[in-house]
Amino acid sequence: MSEQKIDGIIEKYRGKPGALIHALTEIQHELHWLPREVMEKVAEALEVPFSLVRQIVSFYKTFSLTPKGRHEVHVCTGMTCHLRGAAKLMAKVAEITGLKPGETDTDSRFTLERGSCLGSCSIGPELIVDGKHYGRMTPDKVEDVLKRYE
Amino acid sequence: MPKLESVAALESLRSDILARRDATRPCIAVCAGAACDGLDSITVATAFKSEIAKQGLEGKVDLRVTGCHGYCEKGPNVVVGPKDVCYFEVTPEDVPGIVSATLKGEVFEERVYKDPQTGAKAVHMDEVPFYKHQTRLLIGDNPKIDPMKIEDYIAIDGYAALAKALSTMTPDEVLNEVKKANLRGRGGGGFPAGSKWETTKNAPEKTKYVIVNGHEGESAAFMDRAMLTGNPHKVIEGLIIGAYAIGAQQGFIYTRHDAPRLVEHLKAAMAQAEEYGFMGENILGSGFSCNVELHFDVGIFVSGESSGLMRSIEGNAPEPRPKYIRTSVSGIWDKPSNLNNVETWANVPQIITRGADWFTSIGSERSKGTKLVSLSGNVVNSGIVEVPMGTPLRTLIFDIGGGVRDGKSLKAIHFGGAMGGSIPADQIDAKLDFDEMSKLGAPIGAGGLLVMDEDTDMVEVARYLLDFLVKESCGKCVPCREGMYQMLKILTNITEGKGKTSDLDRLGDLMEVTSAASLCALGKTASDPLKSMMRYFKDEYETRIATGGGAGSQAI
Repeated sequence: MSEQKIDGIIEKYRGKPGALIHALTEIQHELHWLPREVMEKVAEALEVPFSLVRQIVSFYKTFSLTPKGRHEVHVCTGMTCHLRGAAKLMAKVAEITGLKPGETDTDSRFTLERGSCLGSCSIGPELIVDGKHYGRMTPDKVEDVLKRYE
Repeated sequence: MPKLESVAALESLRSDILARRDATRPCIAVCAGAACDGLDSITVATAFKSEIAKQGLEGKVDLRVTGCHGYCEKGPNVVVGPKDVCYFEVTPEDVPGIVSATLKGEVFEERVYKDPQTGAKAVHMDEVPFYKHQTRLLIGDNPKIDPMKIEDYIAIDGYAALAKALSTMTPDEVLNEVKKANLRGRGGGGFPAGSKWETTKNAPEKTKYVIVNGHEGESAAFMDRAMLTGNPHKVIEGLIIGAYAIGAQQGFIYTRHDAPRLVEHLKAAMAQAEEYGFMGENILGSGFSCNVELHFDVGIFVSGESSGLMRSIEGNAPEPRPKYIRTSVSGIWDKPSNLNNVETWANVPQIITRGADWFTSIGSERSKGTKLVSLSGNVVNSGIVEVPMGTPLRTLIFDIGGGVRDGKSLKAIHFGGAMGGSIPADQIDAKLDFDEMSKLGAPIGAGGLLVMDEDTDMVEVARYLLDFLVKESCGKCVPCREGMYQMLKILTNITEGKGKTSDLDRLGDLMEVTSAASLCALGKTASDPLKSMMRYFKDEYETRIATGGGAGSQAI
């Protein structure tokens, strides 16, 4: 099913080198990472060198060369969130999940990321899990939020 | 909806829409801007929907889910028209009360604004302190529009400016109006948009592009997203008018991929604009055609830099190019490309509709119109604020912002994110003006204003900002990649109590070289916050080095 979907995305952009970022973004959203075989297929279909695909994937932060967890946890570390205690929030999330920013746990449950600035400054500091924003977050509320994600 | 083939067809559609609407019927606007959304305003909207259905009020009370209203601090926000009664911190439990009060033409007292000191209530939008000092020409339409519905925009004179430009003005006349209005770029530089348009227009290549920069990577700036998410058609309208003036056949909108609602609204708005004939082939039967593509930033700060952004649209890594050839002459695929920020484009329709003379009557001597400001940090009322250029910072921070949080005192005001600057509290009477703020060392940038209280550690602020930029440098040029890294090392040493007396001289050298020799604005302005610190807060650095760390090193 997923493979079909990926092939569909790649076919949509066949022969269009300028659409490289579009194709990779859609695949990243689908698979949450970019396996080598998929990047090779993209290179072949869009008629771009594999080295260019690697350059783009390693340059933009959204793309991942390693599998991510089922749930992506972002702690906003933008300026306002930082002024309002994002560091303490990050420390608590790191403690609960046992992860440093950029890491994924062995059960593939969580991937922890820093996000800078996610634009909800008025309700900072905030935690974002799978795109859902939890505003005015405090270290003692973190555990309850993360419990909801298995 | 069949495509509109003429200006007359647009006007008749507008009359139809207005005839179907009852301007006196109450309309409940629930904010779903980024902050309210994060506070679950959607549950409030759902509660209104079921309450209206339960009481059988369809056709008697309208409900609208909208973009950001502005007063993010007090979200979820609800505004009830036509009298604009404002309710704050609304929960689903308040909904039946608000609905029945609205039906009776009364006010649900529990959720109106109360002054924290005096307890005095403010019911209507123009009485609430946060709103009453503002001039909301751009963001003010947000509560009136469901961004997913083009009819809402048409109902408030949307696309009338485009119709006017296409049917009654030549491209040169449009360009001259924008030049005369002295519209300056809202993205950071403050460069006159009209001159930029003219450069692209006069470039010899036939193929030309226009671009909306909706990247908004500046930390603590969130107004462009609010504009583009809450009122996407205004930006599209400005873009098409610009394309007409410049003679561009293709437009691009470049924005963030990580804001789902922004993406959803923009895609819907672009599809509707095309369906109705406001973009695409033969716009409003004028013979002018312009297609628009949507592109996404995928997570790196430097792709907001104009030449980096253009590389990204081409499908490459966003490495900036040297600026001896301007992007307005040679940009995307080496074609002349005019790039303006979201807010700049959003200003264009009103300049065409109301004229340059009206526009220049607002603002300060050299900065015209209004400016959107994201007010955040240690301030009581954070949110999105729109004031005329030239407004004193005191009005922004105290009258609108309600002063510093938790009864603390103001230490510094920071503008312009990671490449901006901080000025001390005694500059509170400075005016929000491109040139005045630049002279003070805190250029407005895109408009992110951060309030810093007495506990703020200024060494840590500079270290934090550089730490952010070091991670975002594309690495193409040495002065930026290495210069910033060395500055960060020194600052980290100082914050850890390992500073040396020679450090400030070393920092001075690094700042000079990095700003002179870097390829793009990221490196050139990376040391601007530090420069402002050396100008206003040098003693704090000296004391820290002399005493070896200590106070305030925990919190920023």
